[in-house]
Amino acid sequence: MKLLYFAWLRTRIGIDREEIEPPETVRDVAGLLDWLKGRGERYAEALANPQVVRVAINQEYAKPNDAVRPGDEIALFPPVTGG
Amino acid sequence: MTVRVQREDFDAGAELAKLTAGRHSVGGVTCFIGLVRDMGGGGAMTLEHYPGMTERQIEAIEAEAHRRWPLEASLVIHRYGRLEPGDRIVLVATASAHRQAAFESCEFLIDWLKTQAPFWKLEETAEGERWVEAKASDDTAAARWSPKG
Repeated sequence: MKLLYFAWLRTRIGIDREEIEPPETVRDVAGLLDWLKGRGERYAEALANPQVVRVAINQEYAKPNDAVRPGDEIALFPPVTGG
Repeated sequence: MTVRVQREDFDAGAELAKLTAGRHSVGGVTCFIGLVRDMGGGGAMTLEHYPGMTERQIEAIEAEAHRRWPLEASLVIHRYGRLEPGDRIVLVATASAHRQAAFESCEFLIDWLKTQAPFWKLEETAEGERWVEAKASDDTAAARWSPKG
């Protein structure tokens, strides 16, 4: 599973992408965010408030109960501010 | 329908001329151009985006505009990278036989783009760099058009 981080999630976590293999118990977006929080202080701090974290699976917006699968490209980013 | 995400500036006049060239069913074009506004600090900003998803999201919004209004043509150009106050950031243009469709769809496109397209602004201020926070008023503006699909 490929993870991408943008904007302040990228700067707080300290990397812009990584390959991960979460355990099988991680089935959906909410589960993935919970698991990521346990990977260290930087993750815990960046993901402290899931309300301000947007998630996209394979470049489409995802909801907390959407399934995540091996091979997915999953992006984490704050609410967007373009235009 | 055209979407371009680019670092370079654009020439709005040339883009509009291209958009309507040979399309004699077009009776009106609405064009919105967004500029970098000086928020008081006079500083520049850097726009980051998610290559791939950005284009996909804007294409989806543009397709939705074509479903809702009888459009003859449309164009969205969005810049990324470092921009200074006064620089152009975004161009949205819609062309239709009549003005109402052109006006409404242009507003719809920029409202939806602001809440859906994955761009983030990093401002340079006297106190250092700062990520711009999303505005509730932008969500309200987008919600006027009711959720897509």
